[in-house]
Amino acid sequence: MQKPRFKWHILVFLAPAVLVYTAIMIFPLFNTLRLALFSEVDQVRVFVGLENFRTLFGDPNWSEQFWNALGNNFWFFFIHMLVQNPIGIALAAILSHPRLRYAALYRSAIFVPTILSFVIIGFAWKLILSPIWGIAPDMLKAIGLKSLYAPWLGKEEYALTTLALISVWQFVGIPLMLIYAALLSIPEEVLEAGEVDGITGAAAFWKIKLPLILPSIGIISILTFVGNFNAFDLIYAAQGALAGPDFSTDILGTFMYRTFFGFQLQLGDPHMGSAIATAMFGIILIGVCIYLFGIQTRLRRYQF
Amino acid sequence: MLAGAAAAEVTLTIESWRNDDLTLWQDKIIPAFEAANPGIKVKFTPSAPAEYNAVLNSKLDAGSAGDLITCRPFDASLALYEAGQLADLSDLDGMANFSDVAKSAWQTDDGAASFCVPMASVIHGFIYNKDAFAELGIEVPATEAEFFAALEKIQEDGNYTPMAMGTNDQWEAATMGYNNIGPNYWKGEEGRLALIAGEQKLTDPAWVAPYATLAKWGAYLGDGYEAQTYPDSQNIFTLGRAAIYPAGSWEITGFNAQADFEMGAFKPPVQNAGDTCYISDHTDIAIGMNAKSPNAEAAKTFLNWVGSSEFASIYANALPGFFSLSNHEVAMEDPLAQEFVSWRGECESTIRSTYQILSRGTPNLENDTWGASVAAIKGTKSPEDLGAELQSGLASWYAPQQ
Repeated sequence: MQKPRFKWHILVFLAPAVLVYTAIMIFPLFNTLRLALFSEVDQVRVFVGLENFRTLFGDPNWSEQFWNALGNNFWFFFIHMLVQNPIGIALAAILSHPRLRYAALYRSAIFVPTILSFVIIGFAWKLILSPIWGIAPDMLKAIGLKSLYAPWLGKEEYALTTLALISVWQFVGIPLMLIYAALLSIPEEVLEAGEVDGITGAAAFWKIKLPLILPSIGIISILTFVGNFNAFDLIYAAQGALAGPDFSTDILGTFMYRTFFGFQLQLGDPHMGSAIATAMFGIILIGVCIYLFGIQTRLRRYQF
Repeated sequence: MLAGAAAAEVTLTIESWRNDDLTLWQDKIIPAFEAANPGIKVKFTPSAPAEYNAVLNSKLDAGSAGDLITCRPFDASLALYEAGQLADLSDLDGMANFSDVAKSAWQTDDGAASFCVPMASVIHGFIYNKDAFAELGIEVPATEAEFFAALEKIQEDGNYTPMAMGTNDQWEAATMGYNNIGPNYWKGEEGRLALIAGEQKLTDPAWVAPYATLAKWGAYLGDGYEAQTYPDSQNIFTLGRAAIYPAGSWEITGFNAQADFEMGAFKPPVQNAGDTCYISDHTDIAIGMNAKSPNAEAAKTFLNWVGSSEFASIYANALPGFFSLSNHEVAMEDPLAQEFVSWRGECESTIRSTYQILSRGTPNLENDTWGASVAAIKGTKSPEDLGAELQSGLASWYAPQQ
């Protein structure tokens, strides 16, 4: 027997991706984790161990902001789970209906906002909702509901929910597409077999289709989770780095940005910024682990 | 002689974030300087405002920065001086032309060393629509009572939004609100320096009362001011939809171009007729010398010239709203700018209370003042609570306040 030859071509093909990924993802990630353990004293970088984390969680000046941002982040995520994903699933179910006309048109129209820049989305919605030039107050007036209008983005109690809904509007195309693909992959035979047993219409969706697309819903949930906890752009584009009013829209991303790069008279502190980034990394890691080991392994998969 | 002149020819390079001013420098300032100082050439090389601090720091570290460096006020420049990158200019002849307040933004905390020559300041006050005031028969208010009476009258008439300001971007509330009207309460420099020295607290009536006054503004800012942005406010005013605009003088150029009605300006109203008035005459821009510049002599010549009345006159007229900080009499053509600058003769000047020293720590006093001013206008927190919050934040890191 001849010893199998070492397959050099595998290395060659892997190399570009591994190198690029290492250079722009893995190295910066670990360097950020490392930076979180340092601080600057008299213009010299010194190792301080976990001191930055003690400040972040122990000093009320920092911890209040951190918990506020984390709480806002959970609310942001909650709104997405509550609104974006059910709407995405419902739209996908409607679009996958074989007798729906112009399905491709609707699909594209709903997906288009996803590819727009956050800056455009933030700016456009700020204008739409503007109390001065916006069309939202006028539209409400036209149907006699002007009293429902409020300057939502400027009110502490509404601003975060408003931004979360804008983000939902932007990204509802993603669950739509994934669920749509999953629904299309359900074989006709399964549905027909159900029909023979008397399961049609809405019952077919709840009893046959939904269980079959559960793994996709799981994937969407975890994508939403990671996306929301890394969110930054929309809040920054719409409300600025101070995430007003009164930090009511401050999420971990804007908190990290402000700390790392500084803002107005606040000088940037890369080390505290890295500590926050590390905390974000930890939160996302825990969330993903809960999903992978707690939920995904229990989902039943069906092979056709 | 010829060889000597050729050898003496030096070129000075200026680092700046004012890329808006490129043509002003190239067409006016540099030719005027070069005409008076043959043998010295000057190059103005600005970078984008948002990148300036980072670009400058890396250039200074690499030794490739220009001879002259445009200085941001306070801590950003102080850090450069302490790192030995900006030269000490305390002995420069031109420095004699500036007052202590003017120099305060570019000095060590004890005031012993100055490292940048002040170029310009911005003055706060209120710009108003003269046509609207004439139409409603309103006199320019001098006291707070008159000010609120005027707002009330405009409100009643209903044709104009009384005052154009929003709280969405937050900084206007602090910069054009709190630090605009505040100096009349804390008596300008007296209160500001006492706060830095720890002799006054942010819970003192002088520091809390401006929040109580701001709380009365909310009713006059127009519908939905909570979500109104800074550009929204500018547009509302220049479109003639609002009567009063809490302003910084930097708005003058833009407003002159946009508004087709006549504008006037009035200073922050005092509490009682006859009180001494105080204005925020905020130090904004200066110029210093790279400590490692090989052309130190020529650079000093230039800096001395920046302290001259010729420079002051060119700069102030080309950029109405950016006022010379020197003691020279500067004749300005723009009527609105003249009005702003005339207050210097009637009132005491001070700078924004949060800028020197007090915004060095965490929590950042300037950022917190933004939030506090917004909360005051919206009425979400009482002035006393705001004062107490700011004081405890400041005291948590600033020793003289502990």
